[in-house]
Amino acid sequence: MSEMTEQRRTAVPAQVGTREAVLLPQRKPRSLWSDAWRQFRHHRLAVAGSFVLIFMVLATLIGPFLWPIPWNHFDMAEALQGPSLEHPFGTTDLGHDIFARILWGGRISIAVGVVAMLVAVVLGTLIGAIAGYFGGILDSLLMRITDMFISIPSLPLLLLITYLFQDRMKAIFGIELGMFLLIVLVIGGLNWMPVARLVRASFLSLKQKEFVEAAHCIGVGTGGIIFRHILPNTLSPVIVAATLGVAQAIITESALSFLGLGFPPDIPTWGRMLYDGINWIEFAPWMVLFPGGAIFLTVLSINYVGDGLRDALDPRRMFAV
Amino acid sequence: MTQYLIRRILISIPTLIAISIVIFTILALAPGDPLAEFAMNPAVPPEVRQRIRQSMGLDDPIPVRYVKWASSMLRGDFGYSFRSKSPVIDLIRQRLPTTLYVIGTAYLLSVLIAIPVGVLSAIRQYSIFDNIATTLAFIGFSLPTFVTGILFILIFSVKLGWLPMIYRTTIETEGLAGLWEKIKQALMPIMVLALFETAALARYTRAAMLETIHQDYVRTARAKGLSERAVILRHALRNALIPVVTIVALSIPGIFTGAVITEQIFRVPGMGSLLISAIRDNDTPVIMAITIIFSALVVLFNLIADILYGVLDPRIKYE
Repeated sequence: MSEMTEQRRTAVPAQVGTREAVLLPQRKPRSLWSDAWRQFRHHRLAVAGSFVLIFMVLATLIGPFLWPIPWNHFDMAEALQGPSLEHPFGTTDLGHDIFARILWGGRISIAVGVVAMLVAVVLGTLIGAIAGYFGGILDSLLMRITDMFISIPSLPLLLLITYLFQDRMKAIFGIELGMFLLIVLVIGGLNWMPVARLVRASFLSLKQKEFVEAAHCIGVGTGGIIFRHILPNTLSPVIVAATLGVAQAIITESALSFLGLGFPPDIPTWGRMLYDGINWIEFAPWMVLFPGGAIFLTVLSINYVGDGLRDALDPRRMFAV
Repeated sequence: MTQYLIRRILISIPTLIAISIVIFTILALAPGDPLAEFAMNPAVPPEVRQRIRQSMGLDDPIPVRYVKWASSMLRGDFGYSFRSKSPVIDLIRQRLPTTLYVIGTAYLLSVLIAIPVGVLSAIRQYSIFDNIATTLAFIGFSLPTFVTGILFILIFSVKLGWLPMIYRTTIETEGLAGLWEKIKQALMPIMVLALFETAALARYTRAAMLETIHQDYVRTARAKGLSERAVILRHALRNALIPVVTIVALSIPGIFTGAVITEQIFRVPGMGSLLISAIRDNDTPVIMAITIIFSALVVLFNLIADILYGVLDPRIKYE
C-alpha cells in the first residue's frame, strides 16, 4: 500500500485543481500478469531456481558448441580418470569426457521432459475442457476413462510399452527419433489425468459465469467460447501442473534409461549415464555423481519454480501485495 | 453408507476389467514371439513350432485368449512362465513377501515421520523448524529413488563399508546376529523408499494443515478460550487429516512403482525385479500376472481411500 501512495506522490506533476491533475493517469496500470510476476519475485528460492534452470538449459543448448571435446570422442588411454582441468567431470570407463556427455545428454533429457509435458497438457486440457463444458454422458464417460487411466500402474505399463514397441518405432522413424517419440508419447499419455481433472473443475465452475452467458448472447460459437473465453481463465493451475509435470517427466525418462529400457546405449541421457556408471561405483564414483547431481539440480529448480508459480498464480494471494 | 460403499465397489470392478483388457491387448498386439528361442533351434522344424503354438493357444483370436486367461486367473491359476516353465503363482509367492516387507516398512516409517513433521511445520509456520523441514522435503522429493539409492550405496557401502550393497535372502546366521544382518541389508532400500515418500507426504500434510488452521472454526475454537493444544489436536488435526489420509492411501500404488527401481539397484529379489526380467524375456504370463496384481492393488487402495474419506468426512456420504 505504501508503494502505491509513493507512486502517486511522485506522479506527473500538475497544478492542483486543474483538469490535467484529474485526468492524467497517476501511474502505469497493473495487469494481472505483472501482479503474478511481482508475487513470484518475493519467493526467493523460486527466483534462484529459475536462474539455475535457465543456466542449465542454456548450458545444454550452447555448451556442446563451446566445449572442445565432443560427446562421443573416446580415448581408452584416458579411461576412468577423476575430475581434472582437462576433464572437469572425469572420464568414463571407455574414455568419454563426462562433462561433454552431460551437456549433450542434457538436451535430450530436458527435451523429453518438456515435450512429454506438452503432450500431457494438451491431451489433458482437451479432455478436461470437453468433459467440463458439455457435461452429461460425455462427462461421465470421459471421467470414467480418466479414472481408469489413473488406476493403471504407470511404471509397469511404461516399461512394457517401451520395451515392446521400440523396435517397430525405430524401424519407422529411425533409431533416435523413434525412441524419442515413443517415450514422449507414452509418458505424456500416462500423465494427462491430473491436468484433465483440473481443467474440468475449472470449466464446471466458469461455465456458469456471466461472461460466458454474455459471450453466448452475442453469438460466439461453442469453439470460441471454449478456447477464447473460458480456457484462458483456467490456465493458472494448468501452468503449475505443467511445470511440475516437466520435473516428473525428466525423472520418468531417467528411470527408464536407468532400467536399461530407454534410449539406445550410446546416447548419454542422464539416466543412461547412471546405468553405465553403477558398475564402476567403487572405482569411479564421479561417473554417477555428476549425472545424478545434474538430474537433482534440474528437478529441484523446477520444483522450486513450480512452487513459486503456485504462490504467484493463486488468486487468493493477489490482494496481499 | 452401505449405498456409498456399494456404488464404489461397483465402479471398481469394471475399472479392473478394463485395465486387464488394455494390458492384455497391448501384450497380444506387440511384436515378439515367446517361442523365438525355438526358432533358433534347428531341431525344431516349423511345423512342430506351429503345432506348439496351436497347442499353447497362441494362435487363437485375442478375445478368446482373453476369456481363457481371465477365467483361469479368477480361479487362481496364473499359468506357467514361458521362461522358467514353473507356475507363475509359485514365482509370485516366492517374491511377494520380500517386496511387501521392504515396501511395508518403508511406507510405515514414512507415514510415522511425515505426518508429525508436516503438522509441526504448519503450526510453526516460517520458524526455523519449518524452513529446515520444507527445504529437506524439497530436496527429498527432487531426488529420484535411483539417485538416492546410488548415493546411499556410495556413502554407506563404498566409503564407509557399513551396509552391504546387495540383498541376500539366504542369511544363515541365526538369532540376534542374523536379525541384525537382515536389518542391515534391508536398511538402505527402506531408507531410499522412505525418504522420497516422507518428503512428499510431509509437504501435503503441511499444506493441508495450513489450510485447516486458517479456517474460521479454528479461530472460533481459539476465541472460546481452548488451549492451543486442544485446538490443534481436537479440532484442526482431524479435519486436516482427511485429505492426508486419502493421499496416503492413494500413494501406496506409487510406492510399488518406486520399489521396482529400488529393487533393481539393490538386487532385492522382489516383484519389481521379477517384472523387469519378465519384460526383458517377453514372458507374457508373468507380466500379465504382476501387472494385474499391481492394478488390483491400485484399485483396492483407491477403494479404501474412498471409504476412509466417506468415514472421516460425513458430507461425502450424501453425494
